[in-house]
Amino acid sequence: MEYILIVLAVILGGLLGWLLKQTFNAEPWVADVVSDTAHQGPMNAHSKLIGLVTLLAVVTSFFALIVSAYTLRMDLGDWIPLTEPGILWMNTGVLVVASLAFQWTRNAAVRNDESKLLPGMIVTGLLTSVFVIGQFIAWQQLNASGQYVTSNPANAFFFFLTGAHAVHILGGMYVWTRATVRLMSGKDTESVRRSIELCALYWHFLLIVWLVLFGLLLST
Amino acid sequence: MSSYVAIADRDHEIEHHDPQTFIRKYVWSQDHKVIAIQYGITAIFVGLIALGLSLMMRLQLGFPNEFEFINPESYYQFITMHGMIMVIYLLTALFLGGFGNYLIPLMCGARDMVFPYMNMLSYWAYLLSVIILLASFFVPGGATGAGWTLYPPQAILPGTPGVEWGILLMLVSLAVFIVAFTMGGLNYVTTVLQARCRGMTLMRMPLSVWGIFIATILGLLAFPALLVSAIMMLFDMNLGTSFFMPAISSMGVDPGFVGGSPILFQHLFWFFGHPEVYIVALPAFGIVSDLLSVHARKNIFGYRMMVWALIAIGGLSFVVWAHHMYVSGMHPYFGFFFATTTLIIAVPTAIKVYNWVLTLWEGNIHLRVPMLFAIGFIFTFIHGGLTGLFLGNVTIDMPLSDTYFVVAHFHMVMGVSPILVVFGAIYHWFPKITGKMYNETLGKWHFWMTFLGTYAIYLPMHYLGFQGVPRRYFAMGNTDFLPESAQALNAAITISALFVAATQILFFVNMIWSMKSGKKADPNPWDATTLEWLTPDTPPKHGNWGPDLPVVHRWAYDYSVPGYEDDFIPQTVPPEQAPAGRDHGVVD
Repeated sequence: MEYILIVLAVILGGLLGWLLKQTFNAEPWVADVVSDTAHQGPMNAHSKLIGLVTLLAVVTSFFALIVSAYTLRMDLGDWIPLTEPGILWMNTGVLVVASLAFQWTRNAAVRNDESKLLPGMIVTGLLTSVFVIGQFIAWQQLNASGQYVTSNPANAFFFFLTGAHAVHILGGMYVWTRATVRLMSGKDTESVRRSIELCALYWHFLLIVWLVLFGLLLST
Repeated sequence: MSSYVAIADRDHEIEHHDPQTFIRKYVWSQDHKVIAIQYGITAIFVGLIALGLSLMMRLQLGFPNEFEFINPESYYQFITMHGMIMVIYLLTALFLGGFGNYLIPLMCGARDMVFPYMNMLSYWAYLLSVIILLASFFVPGGATGAGWTLYPPQAILPGTPGVEWGILLMLVSLAVFIVAFTMGGLNYVTTVLQARCRGMTLMRMPLSVWGIFIATILGLLAFPALLVSAIMMLFDMNLGTSFFMPAISSMGVDPGFVGGSPILFQHLFWFFGHPEVYIVALPAFGIVSDLLSVHARKNIFGYRMMVWALIAIGGLSFVVWAHHMYVSGMHPYFGFFFATTTLIIAVPTAIKVYNWVLTLWEGNIHLRVPMLFAIGFIFTFIHGGLTGLFLGNVTIDMPLSDTYFVVAHFHMVMGVSPILVVFGAIYHWFPKITGKMYNETLGKWHFWMTFLGTYAIYLPMHYLGFQGVPRRYFAMGNTDFLPESAQALNAAITISALFVAATQILFFVNMIWSMKSGKKADPNPWDATTLEWLTPDTPPKHGNWGPDLPVVHRWAYDYSVPGYEDDFIPQTVPPEQAPAGRDHGVVD
């Protein structure tokens, strides 16, 4: 369980530091004219960003728990390391490029360069779809070679980890689809740009999660 | 400064549309107050079912084999569903979905939650999870009887009731609940961080909001552990993997599992399960602090200490989980570590208890119904907390584990105590929620019969536990070491339980009658300082505050400030109109 504890320590430590800054030396019983600390400081970003960051903390906790379970289960005698299908390397590369493409689109959105948004979004969406299909092909290859989900705990964890990650990607694709459809209709450009920024952050996050998971799968 | 502008500063730019149709107003509502009431009513409804289940168990324990409709299988189903419903579908949903939804925006001076649509989805997903859960009573084989901890391997092997469908529906329902909770939780956190009105600094927030805020963070980080274990158990059950399932022979048949670890499930489950205790307790701590302060007309003793005690308890709750697993055969040093962390949690908890008592000290105590429940909570919580110190020690826990001592402990500390706060809070905010006053006499009867009745139930259980009466048993069986009197005590407990359950009718009669024909409530009947009592309408309308958001100038605890004629100064009163109370009510 040490992995989840480390992750939680980081999350809670960050929160604690921020709370300390807000509350240290505060004299709550003093009445005064509006002291506006609530409306200043680094946390004063838009609500959606706060909501997304909170969600990312939840998802981090989710994956850290799976990793903790993975390492605990690994130590029990019957673990046979799985040879990961080579296609995972290609998938990883595609996901990295997808993240870069999203960053490029995001930068265009921040610069208000509207002509680049739609091509950027479509390229990102295609690349991400290729990643998901690639993961599915990896599953097929494993099954074809007789490595079923039940064959070994290593296999079961492989399917669980990749599946859980793919589900999170698909959740992101839902938001991506909404943003792209709204982008095509040309309405509401300000809020579309905003959701492109948030989506890009989510993509980078899932890329990091994948790199951690892939590293774990390769090294065990 | 930056281009980022807080919600309160942009308020005048946002158009506030009132929902027009009945359906938009009361069914698919995005108003936090309506969602809170939806959450509350649903939670109390399932809670009543769980109460009924506990009575069935008590009937069997008090009068063994007198009732034909209770057999060992159904007894285990009652136990499982009672526990799961009470902990998750009643208390978690009621404190966070109910009170969290109602109080956070009103106490922080916001017009609504930050993401109202997601808030609505949260309720409907919660309702779906409740329906899935209740459906398991009606499927072939009935609900699962695996115990609320759902320990494998027995949870998914033949011989346990509900292995056909019940356990599947339970796991799916939990997964849906976690999704619902996450949508709600993101809202509560973001609203507290982003939507406070001008002047409402974090350290001016009422402790109710603090308690709910910290509990939500715990829930967001802990519920994934339950989700992970539920998904892995679904894998084991439906795909035949061996995450948790060891090589085992089930009724002479080999189900084909190899090498899995039931202890791994226990780690994951209690990594969620222990913070869950505090997800229920912290909102209760916060709310009870406010009730005591308002009705004792005194500022809360040690406000900053109270906030930091909440934070400390929240943080520590993640490193004590294995004290639920002392009898799982763990390494002694491991047990030593968890016993130590468990006992350390007693420090911030004791700070809170002292501060509640010191808030009452020399207060101008009004023994109204909410106050009675709040003081009753201090009693039951100290009781349940102290037995926790016994069970937190490995050597004392070993003989007491799986006896009625444990049942008595957790029912006192996380059953009775939070429920007393729930009642106190409902009475306290009833005038604001409905605009009507409740009947004081009925309320007092309800308190005394509930308070004394629950003691009559749970005090004797400690004694049964010392004698070694095992928990979870349908019938005593081969337990010659128990005296005859143990059975007499069990019968007495059952009678008390029936009595306490019956007195809850007083509560419902009071609520329903008062809602229809109670006398009209004053907008601020308790002379409280917090923002929810200062709304232009009672009950508050959509958007809460009329044209202008409130502006806060002081903390929530300016009661009995010397040199001011009223014994309370609302949070919106500027300093030039009223002095500020110093800590402990002393002025500079």
